Amino acid sequence: MEYSEHKPIYLQNVDLMQEKILREEWREEERIPSVREMGAMVGVNPNTIVRSYQLLESQEIIYNKRGLGYFVKEGAVARIKENVKNEFIANELPQFKAKAQMLGITKEELVELL
Amino acid sequence: MITIRDLSFAYSSEKVLDSITTTFEQGRVYGLLGANGVGKSTLFKLLCGLLTAKEGSIDIDGYSPADRKPGFLSKMFYIPEDFEGPAVSIKSYAAGISAFYPNYDEQQLRSLLNDFEIDINRKFTTLSLGQRKRAILCIALSMNTEYLLLDEPTNGLDIPSKLEFRKMVARTMDENRTIIISTHQVKDVENLLDHIMILDKRAVLLDKSVADIQDEYLFETGNAVPDDALFVEAGLGGCSSIRKNVNGEESRINIELLFNYINSKK
Repeated sequence: MEYSEHKPIYLQNVDLMQEKILREEWREEERIPSVREMGAMVGVNPNTIVRSYQLLESQEIIYNKRGLGYFVKEGAVARIKENVKNEFIANELPQFKAKAQMLGITKEELVELL
Repeated sequence: MITIRDLSFAYSSEKVLDSITTTFEQGRVYGLLGANGVGKSTLFKLLCGLLTAKEGSIDIDGYSPADRKPGFLSKMFYIPEDFEGPAVSIKSYAAGISAFYPNYDEQQLRSLLNDFEIDINRKFTTLSLGQRKRAILCIALSMNTEYLLLDEPTNGLDIPSKLEFRKMVARTMDENRTIIISTHQVKDVENLLDHIMILDKRAVLLDKSVADIQDEYLFETGNAVPDDALFVEAGLGGCSSIRKNVNGEESRINIELLFNYINSKK
């Protein structure tokens, strides 16, 4: 996969992992690749990948079973959707709004387009 | 761990490294950056005992590289930028040098070569530049040394091979290894790095983990230049800038911009 310019690599990897869970490539209560395997899959330093796993663990999206590896936590899909929604409202929506204002697109026009 | 103290080196009258002091820790992948001629390749040759320091010292787990003890040499693999390879097969070359590398694993070599689609029985002399680079990289990784020095490893690699290279290094990286990559092609290797060192002839200008750099600086691209920008470069996509990261935001490090900023300060 190619990484884009702005987000730190570990956060882009978080996005990738969340996407895999949303697409049910990785299902709840199933084991996911180890840090090392994930690093090898995407060609990223394992120490960077560790940060992605720590973040997802702190958000209760994945959890560690001692000696068995990482698993997708029950309810992860709902939590990811909530997170992504909040991120959309915080980051993408204001940009969208600013652009619409700049172009003079009215609320009514927008509603119609959507 | 590698500890370098007041290291100086000169080729006849030309001083290359002048009183350099730094360390390289285990379990990290270092990006060693520096302008042409600051002595990156010289440093590599000093680290593996191919050159001897004029002044100062290098300590690698209790060994001094210049002594060239077998116990030390088996810990270290160095791939120069311009590796040619002898007129023998990859397999027999690896078997030959494995006498010095007790952790050599032929199965691993086969599997690595397989990922690059190179036949283990091919002779180096029949390989293209890119294939030779890939072959020696596979050999280096399969020797399972604690220290790996890679000088411009992605030069001559085609686009798919660069990704394969990153995957390969990521896969073989572990907490006992130290990998130092010297390069001008930062985009090729930046996902692999967890530590960045910028070298100048007379000093180490920057020696920081990727996480610490992200905490300290904010990298942005936009139409407006922030008032408190430390460094700005204009480009097609707008202005790329660096400023102090005061609000704990997170951005992706723009290594080239960082390099130019650090060099502009010296």
